[in-house]
Amino acid sequence: MPPSPDAVAALKVGWAGVTDRASLDHPAVDVPAADLLGVLGSLKSLQGFDMLTDVAGVDWGVGARPRFTVVYHLFSTTTHAYLRVASSCPDDAAPQLPSAAALWPGADWHEREAFDMFGIRFAGHPDLRRIIMWDGYPYHPLRKDFPLAGIETPLPDAEITAEVKVGLIAAPMAGGPFVAAAGQMNMGDAEPRAKDESWNERRPKPGT
Amino acid sequence: MVSANAELAYNSKIEGDVVVSRADAVINWIRTSSMWPMPMGLACCAIELMAVGASRFDLARFGAEVMRFSPRQADVMIVSGTVTYKMASAVRRIYDQMCEPKWVIAMGACASTGGMYRSYAVLQGVDRILPVDVYVSGCPPRPEALLDALIKLQEKVKREPSASKLLTA
Repeated sequence: MPPSPDAVAALKVGWAGVTDRASLDHPAVDVPAADLLGVLGSLKSLQGFDMLTDVAGVDWGVGARPRFTVVYHLFSTTTHAYLRVASSCPDDAAPQLPSAAALWPGADWHEREAFDMFGIRFAGHPDLRRIIMWDGYPYHPLRKDFPLAGIETPLPDAEITAEVKVGLIAAPMAGGPFVAAAGQMNMGDAEPRAKDESWNERRPKPGT
Repeated sequence: MVSANAELAYNSKIEGDVVVSRADAVINWIRTSSMWPMPMGLACCAIELMAVGASRFDLARFGAEVMRFSPRQADVMIVSGTVTYKMASAVRRIYDQMCEPKWVIAMGACASTGGMYRSYAVLQGVDRILPVDVYVSGCPPRPEALLDALIKLQEKVKREPSASKLLTA
């Protein structure tokens, strides 16, 4: 198994914009958005990173610059090396990056998910539709400015909405979000529950 | 070969092939004894639903073993699992395709209230879109709990004024 930092060193020779990225495990690099497709293409064709294991979106928060980053997890089935490539979207209001779907077909659905959850558009994607929420859903739920409880919206099917006359509601959080407690021996204690149980639907939150 | 108690039961020679009963009792007896479920298995509760149908818990003892996966042949929809908003329209559409009379069992915490999923994606209780007859608590409920729900539903159906409903419908 060859040491994978070689891949980073070889990459930096050809691409001046590539910089090291802090990482606890595998080598990682930051790549400017303009160089992204070229870097990914050379990693695939010249360094044998033939497998794209994941494409993940990151929202650094409202007002952060850059706000949106996309992280590509590459793996080589010949050298068994991992490499993480991150690239930030130049535009914070309408984040966009080139699509890697032409290099690895597996990027197709990963990029659709990043588009669905974060609103990051991928230029050149063959079929950039929502993959988890339904078509026509107006928000991108994993953005930092989207509340976990949700925002009131009609149901996806207009016919059903006319029948049942309800839509999405902001979920009652009741001291939530509901999280499981780690390290509990008793299953009852480990059950997901609200961290703050001082308020619920009937009792208002203290101090509000 | 005739037992000593035979004369105490129905004797066609004396009664003349006639049984006297109330229409409600007959209709409800038929309905409760063959309550075919529409298994709306959406999450882990569906695994318990399968256990209920299998030999150990044996839903067939209550006449409800015929899970058809076709709303047109079903009487009771068992919503077992987390109903997301994306799925909610489909659940309601399947319910609309079931023939009257029809009933709904909300199985488990998620189907009843949204459970621990207080989030943007999950319907906060299937009773927002369907008329639920019986709620079953648990995450997931034990198979016995679902059997109890079915028995509760049968008791409810037995109290219904079915004949007058049929005549006025």
